Amino acid sequence: MLRLDALKAVYDRLQDRVVITIMGAVAAELQAIGHRPNFFYLQHAMGLASSMGLGVALTRPELSVIVFDGDGSILMNLGGLTTLARYCPRNLVHVVFDNESLLSVGGFPTATSTGSDIAGMAKAAGIPRTATVSTLDEFVRTFDEALSSRELSTIVAKVDAKGPAGFVTDLALLENRFEFQRWLRKSAPNGTSHPKP
Amino acid sequence: MPVSVDHSRLIYDALKACGVGLVSALPETWLVHLIRMAEDDPEMVLVRLAKEEEGVGVSAGAYLAGTKSAMLMQNHGFLAAVNGIVSCAQLYRIPLLMLISHRGEFGERDPWQTEGGGVTEHVLQALRIPFAYLDHPDHVTHRIRKAQTLAYSANKPVALLLCRDLMWEEAS
Repeated sequence: MLRLDALKAVYDRLQDRVVITIMGAVAAELQAIGHRPNFFYLQHAMGLASSMGLGVALTRPELSVIVFDGDGSILMNLGGLTTLARYCPRNLVHVVFDNESLLSVGGFPTATSTGSDIAGMAKAAGIPRTATVSTLDEFVRTFDEALSSRELSTIVAKVDAKGPAGFVTDLALLENRFEFQRWLRKSAPNGTSHPKP
Repeated sequence: MPVSVDHSRLIYDALKACGVGLVSALPETWLVHLIRMAEDDPEMVLVRLAKEEEGVGVSAGAYLAGTKSAMLMQNHGFLAAVNGIVSCAQLYRIPLLMLISHRGEFGERDPWQTEGGGVTEHVLQALRIPFAYLDHPDHVTHRIRKAQTLAYSANKPVALLLCRDLMWEEAS
């Protein structure tokens, strides 16, 4: 399975949901398919996309939050799986694209290439719904089931170690951050809940 | 345990007065009362972390989604969170209000705390994070409020160092 095909296959589900991605191929490919103001790309701070998703999910339970993570990133924040499981937000779906490598820095293999099982670790951490999928059909079905289940889910999607030719896009980091914040503010229940000190 | 309940209450009430709605925390001795206060407060979202760096992501998500937060950590936890502070909060201009227990300073009896104390201010300075000390009850409330005001106007992390003279009541 190609990550690009997986993203295209579920793209229409992302319309009104909060989407947080990691850096590298995921961010570049999602932007190539089509950026939206409800998409935030954490272009560094590896490991923290799932923590950001938790912060949004806990404070805005009316929103549906999707995190597109990667094996290299989540391996830097395995403790975060226990924090996700501990608070278990029903409005968060955590997808880990596992290409068994650190693709954007030369393709060096990660520990999932030698058998470390991210879905197994997520399950053992206490995340109620976990799955590993390796075909596009299986991914789409599992993703849709996770969205409709209203239960915290970690889906590990095994994908090829193939990505875009380049990772730098023309969307500036701060432009993305302020646009995303404005989208979240506009979608607040009363429309004005953004804090001012 | 001679951690000051009264001064912990003063700090907690100051955070509440500033509209803080989410606290992330990793337990340490000086923070026990603050964490319990957050736990007992039905209006507060308390996120207990496995490692302090996660708190940067949680606070960033909460902030962008419209909730003001505070991070409770020891100075060694601050050191463990540095990459997240730089490559999430500073890169994306996210305000963070960090309350850092300043272990390892004069009066420290635990040998294992003594290295972190000596480097905390230097690391804060190297990261150009504005900080102040909370070492007397008289200035707790206004320093917390002013720290938060700067964090939000500048869109950047700020730190308050919780000092032994405020947090610890042992007569010595």
